[in-house]
Amino acid sequence: MDMRTPISKVRGLGSAKSGTGHVWMQRVTAVALVPLVIWFVASVVQMTTADYFTVRAWLASPVSAILMILFIVAGLYHLRLGLQVIVEDYIHTRGMKVALELLILYGCIIITVAAIFSILKIAL
Amino acid sequence: MAITKRPTSPHLQIYKWGGHMLLSILHRATGVALGAGTLLLVWWLVALATGPDDYALFQTYMRSIVGKIVLLGFTAALMLHLCNGIRHLFWDKGLGLDVETTQRTNILVFLGMIILTLLSWAIGYGLVQGV
Repeated sequence: MDMRTPISKVRGLGSAKSGTGHVWMQRVTAVALVPLVIWFVASVVQMTTADYFTVRAWLASPVSAILMILFIVAGLYHLRLGLQVIVEDYIHTRGMKVALELLILYGCIIITVAAIFSILKIAL
Repeated sequence: MAITKRPTSPHLQIYKWGGHMLLSILHRATGVALGAGTLLLVWWLVALATGPDDYALFQTYMRSIVGKIVLLGFTAALMLHLCNGIRHLFWDKGLGLDVETTQRTNILVFLGMIILTLLSWAIGYGLVQGV
């Protein structure tokens, strides 16, 4: 017997109140990160002996800058979701859980903004 | 909060060890390690945006022995998480979930990590020119 109300079925959010959004976005970012990681590693391994101006010129090109921003955004989003699950799994006191979740969220946002600002400063 | 003595589910020490279990633990561990590695990535980008002096400092740290060990660990963690992550996407599709296939893909994931890490460092060290 189904005890759920019609509005609950339509919303489809379940008992955790957030539905499948978290696990879905983890997969969406994962799929995007496969080609982005390959591009990133293939690019940086060619610049291990390059000087400052060579690396800067590389990042200043629109293709590099756009891909790097996409890599940062997808990567940090993916990181935030992954770290969030670890906290949910192992931390069981309410205060500590909220504190760590906020630390992870703010940390990821700060890193994302710092990275995007740096890329734009070089590329624009 | 009241402490209740409820029965707990079996934990790590109960299960027989296997490649799948090791990879499951390593997937999470490398995920956390890559989070720390992200700090290096943003340091690299900020140094690049700041100027040649800051970039030279970053390069000095990365070219030290400790820096190289950290970067090698970063590369290996990235490749393991990438290979095992791709396997997770197949699992999400319901593919390769049986024991035999999982045991075979365990080896594939480890081999993939080793080959991709060695390949990256071979190119990075100029042993192989370009890609």
